[in-house]
Amino acid sequence: MHPFSYTRATDTRQALHAGRDGGRYIAGGTTLVDLMRETVERPRTLVDISALPLREIMVTRRGGLRIGALVRMSEAAAHRGVRALYPVISQALELSASAQLRNMATIGGNIMQRTRCTYFRDVTAACNKREPGSGCAALHGVNRTHAILGTSDDCVATHPSDVAVAFAALEASVHLMGADGERTVPFADFLLKPGSTPNREQALRPGELITAVELPALPRPLRSGYLKVRDRQSYEFALTSAAVALHIRHGVIREAKVAAGGVGTVPWKLTAVERQLIGRRPSDALWTKAAEHAADGARPLQHNRFKVELLKRTVERQLRIVGGGK
Amino acid sequence: MSIEPPESTVSPSEGYSEGYSEGSSSAPSRRTFIATTAVGSAVVAGGLIGGPSVFGVEPADAATQAPPTSSVSVTVNGERRTVTVDNRTSLLDLLRERMGLTGSKKGCNAGACGACTVLVDGQRVNSCLTLAVRLDGAEVTTIEGLAKGERLHPLQQAFIDQDAFQCGFCTSGQIMSGVGCIKEGHTGSPEEIREFMSGNICRCGCYVKIVRAVEQTAHGK
Repeated sequence: MHPFSYTRATDTRQALHAGRDGGRYIAGGTTLVDLMRETVERPRTLVDISALPLREIMVTRRGGLRIGALVRMSEAAAHRGVRALYPVISQALELSASAQLRNMATIGGNIMQRTRCTYFRDVTAACNKREPGSGCAALHGVNRTHAILGTSDDCVATHPSDVAVAFAALEASVHLMGADGERTVPFADFLLKPGSTPNREQALRPGELITAVELPALPRPLRSGYLKVRDRQSYEFALTSAAVALHIRHGVIREAKVAAGGVGTVPWKLTAVERQLIGRRPSDALWTKAAEHAADGARPLQHNRFKVELLKRTVERQLRIVGGGK
Repeated sequence: MSIEPPESTVSPSEGYSEGYSEGSSSAPSRRTFIATTAVGSAVVAGGLIGGPSVFGVEPADAATQAPPTSSVSVTVNGERRTVTVDNRTSLLDLLRERMGLTGSKKGCNAGACGACTVLVDGQRVNSCLTLAVRLDGAEVTTIEGLAKGERLHPLQQAFIDQDAFQCGFCTSGQIMSGVGCIKEGHTGSPEEIREFMSGNICRCGCYVKIVRAVEQTAHGK
């Protein structure tokens, strides 16, 4: 681990000053400290933001939910409002990491977490994300766990978060604060596909701070849930996952929010699947037909072809779990 | 993965001479350097209100200078300790290398095995991923602080009753995690215990008995 200076911000203004001067924010630190130890991350200054007042979960005036950036994953998962309004979020959180890590890691940090691509973590390997222009060892390497959607010739790494998949499905927005004031970015625009600049992962300006993630009010009743498929039953990243939320009224699907994880360079919103569902009546046949579109546009690699079929089945199963079926 | 024991060994009683200030010493010894940066960081904390320039403090170059350090006051098993740490020091290394509390184990040093689990402010966390420098004012409980005198914590006793370990390397982490699991109320069924204890790996495969030990403690059975 490279040496770094450390400072603790006691209010947001201090944090932003330090961020503007090139300080790196640290919240839960579960990703950052790990990667610093691997010398993948080499911040010269850490700005501890854990004392900032960003730890509230509030119902918004419009009837959505605003989760402060420093709310711990375990706190969000256990929150009564989250559990009642958005089971897909509490489930995604509880299927992530371990209880210890969830006690440390924050919501803001979770969506900032970096890929688990083994080549990214190995400083001796070529990686355009870590070292722009050095190449991508995963492209023709051991790429079983890598992405099939949103990839480029420069990067095929997945975004590892589960709750970000739920955020993408529900069309959340990210509240940001910078030296120039506050702004809100749709979640779909916050995480960036790699393209030719895989080192750029978020639409953050230098020194900008995440203050909250907001979930929009959705028509009720809303059924939702998260399904995660992985190599072991617990404490493992997703091979595939599906976040599904359905608003069904008078036997007809009026709203459908679907996204997939473990398969994309960013959480992958499945608009083609959603389109198949809206206006139709729940049935096994519908789930199968809609899920056929889950891997539209997929570009599998040598070792992850299985993800195409696995993704379709994951989405189909989760549609059935959430929407019921015959 | 390298283990980096902290560089500094300054005890709190001798480390904070008022005589040092940033830049006043042209050829600092390690000790004066540490004192200097300790005073310097106090200035940083105080100076923040004034403006951003205080963050322009250059981090030390590892090749030529001692790495930056900070003073931290942390309560460990009920005893308040003030130590100066290299900023890179993990809580796990602080406990094991500086405080002689070797019950918490270093398995993966990457948050993947749970052997280092301790309670910070009552919450179970991975001490290997916790920077000690961030713990000013925190309360830490390790396996050494669980028993009350000669009386074992009920979960320690349950691990013995259920024969819930073989080699024992993961056990302190399992027990600390189990204490957290019980406190969080995730003991409704063996399945729930298994899921909420999944952050603790046991190479000997004592999982069934570990779950029983947690159940015994949570429900007295």
